[in-house]
Amino acid sequence: MKYTSFAAGAVLAASVFYALPAHAQQPDADTAQIAKGAYLARAGDCVACHTAPGGKPFAGGLVIDSDVGRIVSTNITPDRNHGIGAYTEAQFSAALRDGIRSDGAHLYPAMPYSSYSNVTDEDVHALYAYFMKGVAPAADVPAKTVLHFPFSQRWGMVLWNAAFADTRRFQPDPKASAEFNRGAYLVEGLGHCGSCHTPRGIAMQENGSDASSASFLTGGELNGWPVPSLRGSTAASKGFVTWSEAEIVDYLGTGRNAHAAVGGEMKPAVEHSLSYLTDPDLRAIAIYLKGIAARTASTTATAGKTAATTAKLSAARDLTPGERLYLDNCNACHFVGGQGAARVFPSLDGASIVNAESPTGLIRTILGGAATPSTSRSPSILPMPGFAYRLSDQEVADLASFVRSGWTNQATAVTASQVGTIRATLGAH
Amino acid sequence: MTIVNDAVDAVIVGLGWTGSIMSIELAKAGLKVRALESGPERTNAEHVYPKPADQLGYSVRQKVFAKASKAALTVRHDRSQTALPTRRWGAFKPGDGVGGAGVHWTAVLIRPTPTDLKLKTFADQAYKPGQLQDDLQIQDFPVSYDELEPHFDFFEKVCGASGATGNLRGQIQPGGDPFEGPRSNPYPMPPLQDTLNTTMFAGVAKKMGYHPFPNPSAAVSGPWTNPYGVQLAPCNYCGFCSDYFCLNYSKASPQTTILDAVKRMPNFSYRTDSHVIRVDLHDDRKTAKGVTYIDDKGQEVFQPANIVILASFQFNNVRLMLQSGIGAPYDPATGEGVVGRNYAFLSNGNATLFFKDKNFNPFVSAGPTGQMINDFSPGTFDAAPFGFIGGAKLHSSQAGGAPIGMSLPAGTPSWGAGWKKGIKDWYGHSMKISITTTCMSYRDNYLDLDPTYKDPYGQPLLRMTFDWKQNELKLQQFLRDKVLAIVKELGPDSYTESFLKPDAHWDTTSYISTHNVGGAVMGDTPKDSAINKYLQSWDVHNVFVPGGNAFPQNFQANPTDMLGALSYYSVKAITEQYIKKPGPLVAA
Repeated sequence: MKYTSFAAGAVLAASVFYALPAHAQQPDADTAQIAKGAYLARAGDCVACHTAPGGKPFAGGLVIDSDVGRIVSTNITPDRNHGIGAYTEAQFSAALRDGIRSDGAHLYPAMPYSSYSNVTDEDVHALYAYFMKGVAPAADVPAKTVLHFPFSQRWGMVLWNAAFADTRRFQPDPKASAEFNRGAYLVEGLGHCGSCHTPRGIAMQENGSDASSASFLTGGELNGWPVPSLRGSTAASKGFVTWSEAEIVDYLGTGRNAHAAVGGEMKPAVEHSLSYLTDPDLRAIAIYLKGIAARTASTTATAGKTAATTAKLSAARDLTPGERLYLDNCNACHFVGGQGAARVFPSLDGASIVNAESPTGLIRTILGGAATPSTSRSPSILPMPGFAYRLSDQEVADLASFVRSGWTNQATAVTASQVGTIRATLGAH
Repeated sequence: MTIVNDAVDAVIVGLGWTGSIMSIELAKAGLKVRALESGPERTNAEHVYPKPADQLGYSVRQKVFAKASKAALTVRHDRSQTALPTRRWGAFKPGDGVGGAGVHWTAVLIRPTPTDLKLKTFADQAYKPGQLQDDLQIQDFPVSYDELEPHFDFFEKVCGASGATGNLRGQIQPGGDPFEGPRSNPYPMPPLQDTLNTTMFAGVAKKMGYHPFPNPSAAVSGPWTNPYGVQLAPCNYCGFCSDYFCLNYSKASPQTTILDAVKRMPNFSYRTDSHVIRVDLHDDRKTAKGVTYIDDKGQEVFQPANIVILASFQFNNVRLMLQSGIGAPYDPATGEGVVGRNYAFLSNGNATLFFKDKNFNPFVSAGPTGQMINDFSPGTFDAAPFGFIGGAKLHSSQAGGAPIGMSLPAGTPSWGAGWKKGIKDWYGHSMKISITTTCMSYRDNYLDLDPTYKDPYGQPLLRMTFDWKQNELKLQQFLRDKVLAIVKELGPDSYTESFLKPDAHWDTTSYISTHNVGGAVMGDTPKDSAINKYLQSWDVHNVFVPGGNAFPQNFQANPTDMLGALSYYSVKAITEQYIKKPGPLVAA
């Protein structure tokens, strides 16, 4: 067998260019629009819903089992027959911002057009350029969405839209800084943060689409994970609302910061969307979120309580079952002070997942473990083990109850049956 | 039928420390890089807390080590003997799998001294002709400490090195090693916490006029983000370090410092369970055209590449060169040839001190926990009157508190009820004072291919011919006296000792350390070295061989810091010079 003979000079010199993106060599207006659109598509996290696990990017097929039925995302690649390749820019804009398909049918609001309505014409133009020219066409045909009555009636969305959809374009606040307005544009618009962070009403509508609404971004629960309020109106002033701008930027850009590591439903949002945003955009988001937070008074001084928990764990005498389980399972990384270590081990003291009204997120994390996402700014995947294989329901309940009441934490106790219910759902996977 | 892979710019044989460094730096330079790892994948997620805290599984049954059935070599003391295969690891334990020895190492990250790197020059100045044994074959490294310093500095930032700076740009700093070479920057992180034994040792050492300092550690003392953005977590002193996969992301390893970053790069890929059996050369034998490996399905695969990096363990690098015909094999009878020449190892020794009334809490420790002195390294004391060259780091370390095989006072039964009573009475009541020594190179300590034994792929095993020489045995006796003087000062209730007797032969069955070096050494000329200062083969210029194989003899410092620095030094030359103008980087 013969192989190409060694021609190192030519081959090596050529291959050094391997890593350079093709468009870097021939910049033009079109390329710039496509690149801008690609960035905006990241900000909108289109890929998250429009790509099936292991599927081609934007070819659809992701199944979302919801209370109203089974929603399947569509193919938004530029394939003319199976994707959106035949869409004009006006049709693209109508789908994106008004929820109206090219055939005039109404989209279901699983597509966050109520948020995307804020996107400017200029950005729609760039997104259109990207989806037509920057995405590889795919001929995939995803399964059909099947909803229960009355949601199965697409025409009914006319009424829903009239009652709940906000199709206004973004209006900057002339009194606010450019950064605040950029942050508002991203959070209320493409970022569609409200999809998860704003509680929903009786017809699954978001209760508020901007900061003028008191319930906008005040959290709740999603797929069994507590969703923290981004506005500081939860009972305790803990977690997110106490973070500095820089800490918010770090968290969104890397999935971790001095206090926390991303978990649950927020992890893919960081992994596939937020970690791709520029530092100025992340800072704008942080400035906006800090700007709309309610100024709640901090909880009563709890330094004494923190010291008491730390001292008890350090002495390790007359321990409750929960305290003993903590020392045997958690202390190696989260330490007796419950503070963990900056950017590697999340703090349990003051964490929103620990103090959430519902303990489900904490229980799921103890049972199933977690891992930081690999991002370009912070590539490390740091796993926390799941303890389902070595702790009983009662032990997890004792442990979670201790964690929810140790240090400055003040949350209700957990029962073995709550753990059992969640263990059963994890086992199903 | 051989499968042929897509061609790459650089193929890396082995994904341990040197392979990971080469991979990320070559990928950053834009090359298409593929690493071939003989062993399995090893990830943080697989070895997650608390699974590695298992002495029987990891240490005794050697979970993260190469299997002797696949990686054995044959050993003998001298050329008159027939070498026999290592059927289980004894004096050394090579790793395998992703991360290589970087997974199971103890994580002492210490630099050699400037003198260590120019030992031949030092010997010629400090010894009169005839003072040293005449089969000594020591050489200078072809690089100086100053040339390597920026690369030590960078690798230590990659690892989050935790220690006390002794020499900052020529200024001696209190609490550090006054004999170390000048550092351009202080240690990135402060040293680890002391334990009772280290405090006792350091106190007495200081009183005796020595210069104790904390063992330089790559188990980090606090959270650290390295230049690749990869993160290490603060060491929690769990006591499972040497022999174990770190359960806390605290011990620097390819996994905790490089791999999560390089795996994100689209021009990098790697294959596990891919065992390279040879480097394939072009007909003129001046360049390699790639490597052949056996994949996880047992199929033979050819991987075309423009650059071949042999980044396997020391003796496997030597073996691959011998099997592939890269460089002339060494012949101890004539002294001709270079591949296999100057194999060296190291010796250790210790005293175990028993104190009835002290609790050393050995379960609270990092692998590198300890204090050491460098007062007995070449150039820091006068060894000429004793007729040897060399030295040691002399230390009291507490690398772990796992119970199997723990030291017991003399006279304790080694099994049964008496042994159990001994464990109960003495667990946690002893400390050690140890030496880790230099080892010189000699004309007839060498490596070649075994004429009899073959591995499962039909390839001859590597044959190791090695024994202690008078120089090393004299060194042991000298250091024994120094250790026992410290023991006397500490005043234990009793102590045991383990040093080489003046007539000792190398015992292949009990563990010493996995600091095997030499065999394909770096040097100034192709007459006495297999690779040049850039770790480039003198004979096949697109083959580079980073590893312990490059050391012309062994210094007293642990080798990993040097391996990292040499790899960065080499890859800088590849990316800045070689890929622009392929050819020998040093004129022969």
